[in-house]
Amino acid sequence: MTTVLLETRRLVKAFGANRAVDAVDFTVQAGELLALIGSNGAGKTTLVNLISGLLQADAGTIVFEGRDVTRQSIHERIEAGIARSFQLVNLFDQLTVADNVALTIFARQGKTPHLWTVAARDTVVADEAAQVLRQFGLASKAGMPAAGLSQGERKLLDVAVAYALKPKLLFLDEPTSGVSTREKAPIMDVVTSVVRQEHITAVVIEHDMDIVFRYSDRIVAMHQGAILAQGSPDEIRRNEQVTTTLIGSPPPA
Amino acid sequence: MTPAIRPRLLSRLEVGGGLLVAVALLAVPLVAAPFQTITVCYGLVFAIAALGFNLLLGYTGLLSFGHSAYFGVGAYVTAELVKYLGWTSMEAYVVAGIVASALVAALFGIVCVRYTRIFFGILTLALSQVLWSLALKLFWVTGGSDGLRVPTPTLLFGTLAPTKDKMDFLAYHYYYYVLVLFAAAVAVMWLIVHSPFGKALQAIRDNETRAEFVGVQVRKYRWIAFVVSGAFTGLAGTLWVPLNGLTTPDILYWQFSGRIVFFVVLGGFRTFWGPIVGALAYNYLETYAVGFTVYWQLVLGLVLVLLVLTLPQGLAGAVEALSRRLRGAPAVA
Repeated sequence: MTTVLLETRRLVKAFGANRAVDAVDFTVQAGELLALIGSNGAGKTTLVNLISGLLQADAGTIVFEGRDVTRQSIHERIEAGIARSFQLVNLFDQLTVADNVALTIFARQGKTPHLWTVAARDTVVADEAAQVLRQFGLASKAGMPAAGLSQGERKLLDVAVAYALKPKLLFLDEPTSGVSTREKAPIMDVVTSVVRQEHITAVVIEHDMDIVFRYSDRIVAMHQGAILAQGSPDEIRRNEQVTTTLIGSPPPA
Repeated sequence: MTPAIRPRLLSRLEVGGGLLVAVALLAVPLVAAPFQTITVCYGLVFAIAALGFNLLLGYTGLLSFGHSAYFGVGAYVTAELVKYLGWTSMEAYVVAGIVASALVAALFGIVCVRYTRIFFGILTLALSQVLWSLALKLFWVTGGSDGLRVPTPTLLFGTLAPTKDKMDFLAYHYYYYVLVLFAAAVAVMWLIVHSPFGKALQAIRDNETRAEFVGVQVRKYRWIAFVVSGAFTGLAGTLWVPLNGLTTPDILYWQFSGRIVFFVVLGGFRTFWGPIVGALAYNYLETYAVGFTVYWQLVLGLVLVLLVLTLPQGLAGAVEALSRRLRGAPAVA
């Protein structure tokens, strides 16, 4: 028994003549870890930008938990439970690692309009931030400015900041891009274990097919703004259309 | 449990330095000549303006080139209260100055915070020049280029009337009055920048898009910061008028906005204390450069160029970096 958490219907976004997302029906089931794959320019990030509210759709609808969120602001979507990380690391570089996470928690708890309390004295938030950093293996870096982290740590913190919103649906846009091959699996180990432990539905955009096959429950392949195929990792691995278009080699025998 | 993420609220340097400065400031009227005391008093007033300005530049990442507007509103509202209502109470001026400058900032802010960077700077500049030209043209209200006189006010709800020797009153009673309000302004601003709201502003400064995606309503928060910033600068304008005895359109002109920028660049906009240090230092620099040479503006210009080239973090930033190096702590980017 699966329930649909998020659904897009005939979603369209065009940049000039280029239909980056072309009438896409995209579905995320509650509890799954879904990989969104496709070559550069396939429309993956545009799709996530539309769902998270960074871009407004030209046509079509986005339904989250049965509610139409197509015209909602970023803020409203976050409150509904949609969070995201970014492909290019997007952190608050001059804030400490702990404050990067703490800020998210303040925002989630509706405390960011408070001008009259000392943020560092809020032990509830500080404890939760420390807990999040421990989960992501960043506890020892808590007092350091985010700019001082290594690339791998920055990728983890980027996910941790989004995770601290305690979303129902978390979009991770290439959580392992820009790090060495050796670092990819450790990052995905941490991210997927946190996501599964907390029963967060996650959509991961990823290029590395080894990572995709190893960590995801289901895969959606996009090509030129449309969904090319979807299914379990095994089905996708055997799908000739996917392997020739995206991986560039025939399916394994 | 995890001391690493609960830093001390004030560093030892800040506590020690703060106490020293507090004692020094308290002692000024007792040991210095009235002229010296009044010079420091001007510095404190400018420091309040600079603190307000830096909430936008240092903490929110917005460079305003129009803060003369709020300083001027604070000053002119005081002058109009004298002109039309004959009020003499400093408390009334302070409340009116803060309220009026906050209202003007609220209005201007609606327009300005839609933009960032150069567009923000140009809009703030343009709006401040509207006020300047109004102050110049509506001479029957504002006194035009002659400005408006403001006699020395009564303090503490009329209980402390100015003495016969105006200079002595300003250099003693009024100095302490300003010092108390300065201390209050510092405390309030310190709280604001260390509050969750202050953290949200810094997040906006560092990464606007991400801030939006963790649930910070960027434009709204920028607007609130703009209003608070304007109110601080307005308070400074109100406190400045009795010292000067007169308000003219000069303080609404863009050059005065540039001077506030100078305070903060001189002191360092990356630190909390920088704007205060910068305002006090600039005020001294100008007072003495004017007495020393007719080319004082050239001197100030050279100082600014040298500063940007050698101490880009400003005076307070340089002191902070030095103390960090002496303690052997790692440099922070």
